[in-house]
Amino acid sequence: MKMLPIDKRYVWPAAGLERVPDWAYTSQEIYDREVERIFHGPTWNYVGLDAEVPDAGDFVRSYVGPTPVVMVRDEEGEINVFENRCSHRAAEFCRELRGNTDEFVCPYHQWSYDLKGNLSGVPFRRGVNGEGGMGPDFRPENHGVKKLHVTRHNGAVFASFSDAVEPLEDYLGEEMLSDFEAVFSGRKLRVLGHYRHTLSGNWKLYPENLKDPYHATLLHTFLVTFGLLVAGNKSAMIVDPKGRHSTMASAKSDGTAVSEENKAEMRAYRDGLALADPRLMDFIPEFDSPWSVTMQVVWPGLIVQREMNTLGVRQIVPNGPNEFTMVWTMFGYEDDDEEMTRHRLRQGNLMGPAGFLGLEDNEAIKFVQDGMLNSTGGEHLVVLDPKVPAGTSNTLISEAAIRAMYKHWRQEMGL
Amino acid sequence: MSVTETRADDAALRRAARLDIEDFNAAYCAVLDDGNLEDWPEFFTEDAFYNVTSRENFDHDRPVGLVYCENKAMLQDRALAIAKTSMFGPRYLRHYITNTQVTGIEADGTICALANYILVETLAELPEGRLHQAGRLIDRFRRQEDGRVLLSSRIAVYDTLLVHNALVLPI
Repeated sequence: MKMLPIDKRYVWPAAGLERVPDWAYTSQEIYDREVERIFHGPTWNYVGLDAEVPDAGDFVRSYVGPTPVVMVRDEEGEINVFENRCSHRAAEFCRELRGNTDEFVCPYHQWSYDLKGNLSGVPFRRGVNGEGGMGPDFRPENHGVKKLHVTRHNGAVFASFSDAVEPLEDYLGEEMLSDFEAVFSGRKLRVLGHYRHTLSGNWKLYPENLKDPYHATLLHTFLVTFGLLVAGNKSAMIVDPKGRHSTMASAKSDGTAVSEENKAEMRAYRDGLALADPRLMDFIPEFDSPWSVTMQVVWPGLIVQREMNTLGVRQIVPNGPNEFTMVWTMFGYEDDDEEMTRHRLRQGNLMGPAGFLGLEDNEAIKFVQDGMLNSTGGEHLVVLDPKVPAGTSNTLISEAAIRAMYKHWRQEMGL
Repeated sequence: MSVTETRADDAALRRAARLDIEDFNAAYCAVLDDGNLEDWPEFFTEDAFYNVTSRENFDHDRPVGLVYCENKAMLQDRALAIAKTSMFGPRYLRHYITNTQVTGIEADGTICALANYILVETLAELPEGRLHQAGRLIDRFRRQEDGRVLLSSRIAVYDTLLVHNALVLPI
């Protein structure tokens, strides 16, 4: 039986961007197309920080989309990214999370690769006693591991499978680059550690969560109660012209400024709670930015977190349509003093899979995926703020940034 | 006093300390599993340090923690935040602390101890339960005037690198 083409089987709802179909989140076929067209397509994918590989031979295992890669610094100081897959029998040869090495040797048949991913050794290439081994036409230079394009910006390292990807500065655009450079300003980074967790939902629900400022004022009682993000605060939901990247931004207010009218809308609001150690919510100005909090999505799989003074990047590693892994790298700056480092660590209690805000997002995303997998319905409502069809909005009570993301996604996916 | 007698005294002290710690941990787990989360900070001294971190971080001297508290006030804030403000799905969590070793007793009486732990999580939609964390506790206990011990430091280092979705309660 001849199958219908994909765009005839997956038809976007007639209502347009105000609906997102469940199949965008649950279909294996759609997921496979995302890997091909988005993660392996003309996108820049965050793979790590310069500061994780300071010396020649330093490496970390990383991912581009779901695909395992190795990020390594070579003898010339360049950072290379290549697939973690032996060109012989496909073994994922680099097994350690990080380390330092002169070369990579596949443990199965000991094929070896240099720090640029070139094949440098094949045992018994000429056979034994004149028998066996590789044929005379075998050229090691044709059998290195798959190398990716690499670009770096002020300490962040990105990789791409695509020859057609634009320079990173153009990929981000002026406005997004400016938010990115509030954190990646060129100040040398100091890595404070990692969080890793799975999340039982489709990977797109994470960027969507950060393009959905509506939830932030409702789900996160802690934020609301302690004045970090309250409907009515100075805030913005900024989207790049192509609709793919975004920054959710807000300026801290003191909790007493919440109007009675806004309080009544927020079931989550708790009057009269106070922190025993209020240092958690201190914001020490240190950035060239009007915002005390920014959550930036760099499409497709990077989130740059600047939650007051706790800084980090989150990398999305999708594991199929219904689950992804999130790898967080928390950092400060090399010139931070002891107290500033402690302040960043202290404020880290807000984020991550045990964070006062972070755990709630993970739970909410799981509930959404559960809803799609376990029930009928077929599509989501994404209708808030209809005056802005898709793109930047001046109000938090908006879903215009989610619509912008799907506008871009549909173009890339041809659906 | 002979060397042999000192060693025998030392072994007896450590055994007594281990029994105190095992009693302490049984009560500690009971509060986290079935009790009132706001009682949890009462197991710590005012200046206690508390951290939950992966072995990946701990082995590489990366200071970050999933939970990072520098004093009892921060533990109280965490208990308040989880109990009063956080949204999460209903679950049962059960803590097991085993293999307790007293590794030293310092001149001021501080007891240094190690133990293994596992945390089993059961969700409504996962009634068979699953291992949520396995790891070790690196503890320091300070004896109080009334004879009780309290934690002056607890670092929970988990081997289970990937956290399933969320870690709601402390270790």
